[in-house]
This record gives sequence, C-alpha cells and structure tokens, in this order.
Amino acid sequence: MGMEQLLEKYFRPGRLPHIWCPGCGHGIITGAIVKAVDKLGLSKDEVAVISGIGCSSRASGYLDFNTANTLHGRALPIASGLKMANPKLKVIVPSGDGDAAAIGGNHLIHAARRNIDLTLIVYNNSIYGMTGGQYSPLTPKGSKATTAPYLTIEPAFNLLDLAKAAGATFVARSTTFHVQNMVDVIAKAIEHKGFSIVECVTGCPTNFGRQNKIGSAPKMIEWQRDHGVMIGAWNRMDDETRAKALADGKFPIGVLYENNDVQEYTEAYDELIKRAQGGK
Amino acid sequence: MLKLVSKRCKGCGICANFCPKKVLEITEVGKCAIIPGKEDDCIQCGQCELRCPDYAIFVEKDK
Amino acid sequence: MSIKLLQGNQAVVEGAIAAGVKFYGGYPITPSTEIAEQLAARLPQVGGKFMQTEDELAGIGAVIGASMGGKKAMTATSGPGFSLKQELLGLACTAEIPIVVVDVQRVGPATGQPTSPAQGEVMMTRWGTHGDHWVIVVSPVSVPECFWLTIRAVNLAEKYRVPVIILMDEVVGHMREKIELPDDYSTIETVDRKRPDCAPEDYLAYGTKGDDLVPPMADFGSGYRWHVTGLIHDETGFPKGTPDATLQSLNRLHDKIYKNLDDIVTFENYKTDDADYVIVSFGGAARTAYDTVDMARKEGLKVGLFRAITLWPFPEKQVQELASRVQGILVHELNYGQYVLEVERVVAGKCPVWLYGKYDNSSAAPKQLLDELKKHLGR
Repeated sequence: MGMEQLLEKYFRPGRLPHIWCPGCGHGIITGAIVKAVDKLGLSKDEVAVISGIGCSSRASGYLDFNTANTLHGRALPIASGLKMANPKLKVIVPSGDGDAAAIGGNHLIHAARRNIDLTLIVYNNSIYGMTGGQYSPLTPKGSKATTAPYLTIEPAFNLLDLAKAAGATFVARSTTFHVQNMVDVIAKAIEHKGFSIVECVTGCPTNFGRQNKIGSAPKMIEWQRDHGVMIGAWNRMDDETRAKALADGKFPIGVLYENNDVQEYTEAYDELIKRAQGGK
Repeated sequence: MLKLVSKRCKGCGICANFCPKKVLEITEVGKCAIIPGKEDDCIQCGQCELRCPDYAIFVEKDK
Repeated sequence: MSIKLLQGNQAVVEGAIAAGVKFYGGYPITPSTEIAEQLAARLPQVGGKFMQTEDELAGIGAVIGASMGGKKAMTATSGPGFSLKQELLGLACTAEIPIVVVDVQRVGPATGQPTSPAQGEVMMTRWGTHGDHWVIVVSPVSVPECFWLTIRAVNLAEKYRVPVIILMDEVVGHMREKIELPDDYSTIETVDRKRPDCAPEDYLAYGTKGDDLVPPMADFGSGYRWHVTGLIHDETGFPKGTPDATLQSLNRLHDKIYKNLDDIVTFENYKTDDADYVIVSFGGAARTAYDTVDMARKEGLKVGLFRAITLWPFPEKQVQELASRVQGILVHELNYGQYVLEVERVVAGKCPVWLYGKYDNSSAAPKQLLDELKKHLGR
C-alpha cells in the first residue's frame, strides 16, 4: 500500500498538515509506524499509541488508533497500566529523546526491566525541539544548544545500551534515511513479545541543524546515510575498522539485540494470578 | 506520475535532494514542483515519497 | 456479616475490592503502605492486578492507563508522594479519567513526621495541581467508614469521571477498630462508568447530552477509537485552545460536579439540632469531637459536631445553615488552619468562627478541645 492509501486508512481525517517544522524527520518516522502496523495486518482497534509531551508526542493525535498524548515523560507508566488492563492491545509509545531519556528516564529503565510488552519508538533528534533547542541527554557532547552557548560538556547516553542493560529484550536502531529498514525493525519490534525499543535517528533542522551549522534537512539525512551502518556490515568489521567507524561518529542500524527467552510481564502476571487463586 | 499535495508541502527539499533523476525543485514560493520539461524523466522509484516528512508527494504508478 | 478487627488501611483495601477495583499502581510510603501490601495479595485473588511502580508518578500514571483500559483503578500514598502525583492528577481531571487516590496524611512538609497524625493536605487536595480544576475529596473518620467511603469514592469517580481523593490521616489509617464486613460483596451497590452505546463512528469522546454533563467513556480497545490529551480540547477530544473552547471545557468540568452537590456532598450532624455552638471537623480530628460534645453537654453547654465527610466540594449550604442559627463555630483540624479559611468564607461573618488547629504531631484529647471552646466563650 502506498503512503497515500495508508494516510487514508490510518490517519485521522482533517488533522494534516502536521505541526512539525519543514524538514523535520518526525513525519517519516510516524509514516514508518503506520507502514509497520499495515505490514503486520493489525486492526486499528487493537493498536494503542500512547505518547508523552514533545514534538514526537504529537504523533498520537494524527493516528486513528486508541491514542493518548499525555504528560512529559509519563507515557511509559500510562502505557504500562493500559497494557496491564488489556494485554491484547499492541501498545506503541512514540517518544522524544528528552521525554524518554531525561524526564522519563526512570520509567524507561523500569519498563525495560519488567520486560512489559510495549514498543518504545524514540524519535531521536538530539535536541529539545518544542521548547526551542535546549540540549537533551542524547545531544552529542560538544554540540551547541540554546542552553549550551559554550557547547555541551555532558556526554550523551547510548540509549540502546542503557535499555539493553536494564532488561529490554528487543533493541533496534534506524534512521530517516533508511526508511525501509525503519519500517522493518518497527514491525519486528511490535511483533516482539516483551519490551522493545527502536531508536529512530532523525533530524531537527530548525533547532539542532541550524545551531550546529549542519545545514538543511537534506544535509541532515545525508549525514544519517553516511553514518548509519547496517548491523551485518558492522559485525563483519574487524576491531580496528569498527573502532575507526565509532571514532568517525558512525553507528550500527538494524536489530541490534533480541532475546525471546525472557518471560513477558503481563504473561508472568497471569501466572501470578493463577498462583494467588490456588493454582486453578 | 507524481502527485503533489501542495497544501501539505513545507518546502524542505528532501524529495528534490534524493531524487536520482533530479526531476524536482523547490520553487520560489517554497513548494516542491516538477522542473518544467522534466516530467518524463521520473522513473517512479519512490525515493521522494519514501522520505517526504509531510506526506505531500506520491508516486502513482502508471497503469 | 462477619465482624473483624481491621486497620483503617485494611478497610480501604476491602472497600476497593468490594467496589470492583481491578488495578493498583503505587509506591510504598508510610503511613499508607499497608494498602499496597494488602492489595498486592487481594487483587490477584479477584483477577485484578497490582504493580509496584518505580516511583509515585508511575503509580498514578499506570492507574490512569489502566482506567483508560476500562478497569477501576486506584493508588495510595502520603504527603511526599501526593506532592509528586499532582501533575498526573491534573491530567486525570482534564481528560476525565476516573481514578481514586488515597492520601494517608502524615506530618509535613517534606519528610515531616511519617508516623504522626496531621491534616496538612486539606487545601492541597483541592488546589494541588496547576490550573483550574475540580475534584471530589472524601475523608473517613473510622475504620468502618474507610470501607464504605472507599466504595463510595470509586462509585463517584466512575459516575462523574473525576479523580476522587480519599483523604485520610495517620490516626484513621493505622488504628484498628471493629468492622462488620458483608459476607458477599456482590450485594453492595457499585457504579460503572457510562460507556457509549452509539456506533463507533458517531462517538464524540467528550460529547454530552442534555443535563447529563458526564460524557460516556469507551475502553481503549473496545472499538471506539478516541484521543486522550492533557491539552485543552473540545468535545471531539482533540486540542482546541480558543477562548470559547476553553470556557466550554472548564465550565463543564466545574458544572458536572457543582450541579450535583446534593448527590456528592455528605456530612454528619452529631447533636447539632439544638446546638448553640458547633465544632466543624473531619477525619481523624473529628474523632475527638464526639466526646467533646458529650462532655460539654454534661456541663450544660449545648455543643454539636458537624463532620464534613465530603471535604470538597465544600458543604457550603450546610455550613451556612448552621452559621445562621448558632452562636459560634469552632473549626478543629490537625494543621495551622486550612479548612477554617473555607468555613470563614462561607460563614461570612454570620457568627464567630474560631480555630483550634493542632500541629504538634499529635491528636487532641476531648478535654483539650473543650477547653479551647470554653476559652472562646470566656468560661
């Protein structure tokens, strides 16, 4: 199905154009989510999209699913409660780097630790966009931001390593250049039974690109093209090559980690209920 | 054939940049357009639609 | 009926089960922790779920999510946690998600005194979250009332799609009392939120009909796809921040409560019929006042007790009526003076209003309260 038909099928009528700035990659990621849902053949009634606050979080309002645009950082707890109430729902959480890694960082590690079946899509544009360009925990060290006029001195998280260490059982990354790959990994993440996180590298030309003199939206996407390396190729690199790639700011994309041997939280809870009721 | 939804286009230029045949441009009014005379150069590869963040350009495959 | 000796917090748990609560999310905090501990055991027995969340915010967040999924849901906390929950409480107000929040007060601010009684959150329950909003707050005086008022709180939350706060204090939460529990909870009257009966395509998430100001709420996943937002929204549920839309939204959130005061506001009059003086009190503080009234009457002083069970909305009509026929009102609360401000506003000079605010980490003895009253009477 082409994007035009997908819009018809999965977007709420009359809500476009979206609020995102010219060249912002968020529309590409939101489109990829819809393509993934379509690829999996899910019904709109069985999908919930729960977001927090920030540019990315506006995605929920455009989509014709069970949706919520909640509070800054709090999407994961609300999504967790919803999933507990109705484990049949496929719960997708679009989130920004500030939403997921800063104000909601505690919820991220604990949702990952529980291995609750949520799909967290981190729209990582390396900046706080909605408030106008302040640095986030995923802003690369040495970047300029409105709150870092002398460049950031804080290192960025590797959010995927963090999530994996916390217990996430599906970890993937993609970019707004590698759209087909993004659709593919998001679909796999939704299908995965357990906590999954997909970091979608995207550009914020307005608030990150401009301050850091990276250039236009196309330039930011070219940067993604030149720095994202498919995981297969990444794994085939010898240590020296990979070290150089890392030093050059390159990063692996695709499914970086998957573990299907850990019990999912709501399933574990169903077993707990059986135990509490005397093993019936 | 390319279908352009001008009211949604924000003129970011991603489509024009990644068009392998350089069929597209951003006009003076900040909207994507097919460069006059290049209509037939489009090979319907879909690179523009794939990365248009505003859902403003679609490839309608010729029947 | 079976007679049991229960703690106030335990009675809340049984009330929650009886009311049909099926989800609890929360973080342990004294003096409310027993609620979490007991619900962790009780909920799975009835097919419900308990989640010990990573923090207070996640606790109420999960409760909001579970309620969106169609379950009756609650959390419990104490002052420090109640402070943390405020933003999410506001989301539940504006998005009209039914939830119940128990706040077993301790001494504050900050860590205060975790195991001593205080009632310092009276104003916070009403005004805690930012922006204009309206909630229902109830306050039990005894262990049996903890049970019945929890059921009522859940029912009110469901009926009015509003957060209902059960404001307790360390006295009521931790004391043990005799309680008669129904053997079969299914005989207890419970309320379920209205759900839409229209076709999904006709569903307006915040559309109301006629005098009924509470819109039907569809469970996420039930075929009615709608949008929850913390932004000011119109009846479609989508953001709309025009002055008109804002007015309409806020007015309805107000009116759905304040046009139903007779249904919502509950109170107890103890010997107020012929009273010359009335003590106004609530929750744990009010326990002292029954004996004070009786002691005063033995001394020939006609004193009564007006106990607010619904703290908010304030029992305005009732307090005005009292003020019109008594010679003085003494407000007794375990703080420096909060509820008294509302009493003064409502009484508006019709009779003297005095305060006995006790904020020394302990409850008053009946004699202390009587002495305070007598001090004002020059006796």
